[in-house]
Amino acid sequence: MVWKVTKSILIVLALVFFLLPIYWIVATSFKQWPDIFAIPPKFTFRGTFVHYLTLFNIRPEEAAKFGQVGKSLFPPRFLNSIVIAGVSTALSVALGTFSAYAFSRFRVRGENDLLFFILSTRMLPPVVVGIPFFVVYRALGLIDTHIGLILLYMTFNLSFSVWLMKGFIDEIPKEFEEAALVDGYTRFEAFFKVVLPQALSGIAATAVFCLIAAWNEFFFALILTSERARTAPPSIAAIQGTSGINWGQIAAGVTVFLLPVVVFTFLVRKYLARGLTFGVIKR
Amino acid sequence: MKDGAKLYRKEISEYRMKLLFIGPTILVLIVMNIFPLLWSLGLSFTNYSSLVSRKISFVGFANYAKVLSDPLIWRYFQITARLVVVAVGVEFLLGFGLALLLKERFKGWGLVTTLMLIPMMLSPVVVGLFWTFIMDANFGLLNFLLSLFGLRRVLWLTDPKIALYSIALVDIWMWTPFVMLISLTGLLAIPQSLYEAADIDMASFWFKFRRITLPLVSPLLILAVLFRVIDAFKMFDLVFIMTGGGPGDVTETISMSLYRLAFNKFKTGESCAMAYIILILIIALSNLLIRWIQRTRA
Repeated sequence: MVWKVTKSILIVLALVFFLLPIYWIVATSFKQWPDIFAIPPKFTFRGTFVHYLTLFNIRPEEAAKFGQVGKSLFPPRFLNSIVIAGVSTALSVALGTFSAYAFSRFRVRGENDLLFFILSTRMLPPVVVGIPFFVVYRALGLIDTHIGLILLYMTFNLSFSVWLMKGFIDEIPKEFEEAALVDGYTRFEAFFKVVLPQALSGIAATAVFCLIAAWNEFFFALILTSERARTAPPSIAAIQGTSGINWGQIAAGVTVFLLPVVVFTFLVRKYLARGLTFGVIKR
Repeated sequence: MKDGAKLYRKEISEYRMKLLFIGPTILVLIVMNIFPLLWSLGLSFTNYSSLVSRKISFVGFANYAKVLSDPLIWRYFQITARLVVVAVGVEFLLGFGLALLLKERFKGWGLVTTLMLIPMMLSPVVVGLFWTFIMDANFGLLNFLLSLFGLRRVLWLTDPKIALYSIALVDIWMWTPFVMLISLTGLLAIPQSLYEAADIDMASFWFKFRRITLPLVSPLLILAVLFRVIDAFKMFDLVFIMTGGGPGDVTETISMSLYRLAFNKFKTGESCAMAYIILILIIALSNLLIRWIQRTRA
């Protein structure tokens, strides 16, 4: 009994530890300007949407009060994030699914070496890979372009996508395709009409993980973009006013940015262990 | 004879399909990974700078000698190592402890565990940003909570003795859930019958823990720790946004100093050499992980 109570208290404490910071930033995004910096911090306050309105340039005149010069850059960059994360995810999941199928069903010479070559490309530190990319991209004129960042995120997620999809396709019984082949389907038809529909939930989970990784990425966006193709993470980090850091607007930006990630986390909750270990853990 | 021809055709089509399905992936990885790496290997032997246009000249191993003989680099390696050991150590203990607490299901178990996993899904730079707000010395939430317990306020990010551990704290907040998740997966996979058999033998709690629980989850625990060590070793986003390496250079991790060398000082050739030195270390670490993955899969 004592143990049970202690256990419950510890679990609640852990929950508070992990959720309080998130609650705090969300609450801050609804606070009026002076309340954000109140000492002691305010847990109850009169809410306002002003930070969201200035973030999306709906009431730009309000922004001047917080020392913001010109329009908020958040909307176009948020859009960039959506486009770049979306397109790169579609590409890496498509390529990854094809390769995973071949690795899963055919005998490929040097299969293990190839698979581990693919995995090892994901282990490289971004800063280390970033330098050659910067040099090469500048030579090719790919700096600050959507296509440049899309290609990079596609590559970055490709190894992950191959590994995860291979696990999912391995689990689809071969008998389904064999039956289809006997019925006169070609391999291609069997793949598209039999295997793909069976792999849909796996594809969806893989896509969500790729989407989150591309969405969250900061370093490459920082060094390879400046204006046109800049995504949300480096711009949220750069929101500042003339009178110090505009925490209200940052909090609003952070909240808008985090919301889809939290939703997606719940959608793939069954696959979290699997997704975060490249499919090594199967449950 | 007919069958032979059919088989032959089938093999041809399989071969074409393999090429078509795997080829693009390998091509992308070679063009996008191997090619830039080779390019920077070349640059690491030159005095190239992406800022100034001058005649590029070959300098041999001078860049490598310069990086390796710089005492500051070793200091930054040490700082990184301290960060990794503290952060991953605490993550391991807390994460495994939490998993033990959450082993038995209760009402709302699914919701509680999923809520706890949110931090690790968030963008590190955004996490660093709002923790900077929480750690503000004056109006920050953290100092307010300390004051409730009668503790003095702490200069989380500006005190040179504390800044590194503040970053470790945020890493712990983010990644303890990861260790918890992996440990929990391991714990839930242990067959209940083992414990029942031990109960019949009147085995003590400690005995069960040491003889059943630990040996069966340890492969996954090691996997989790390896993943974390490699990731934490690359630590950049949190440091960049929270302290920028300061105060002074007490939080200058190796990734941070490489970034500075390449993108503030624009010593591109030298930074390529340093990148290669780090790369070799990471490859050694990753090989350890990859071998472990192969063993766990088997």
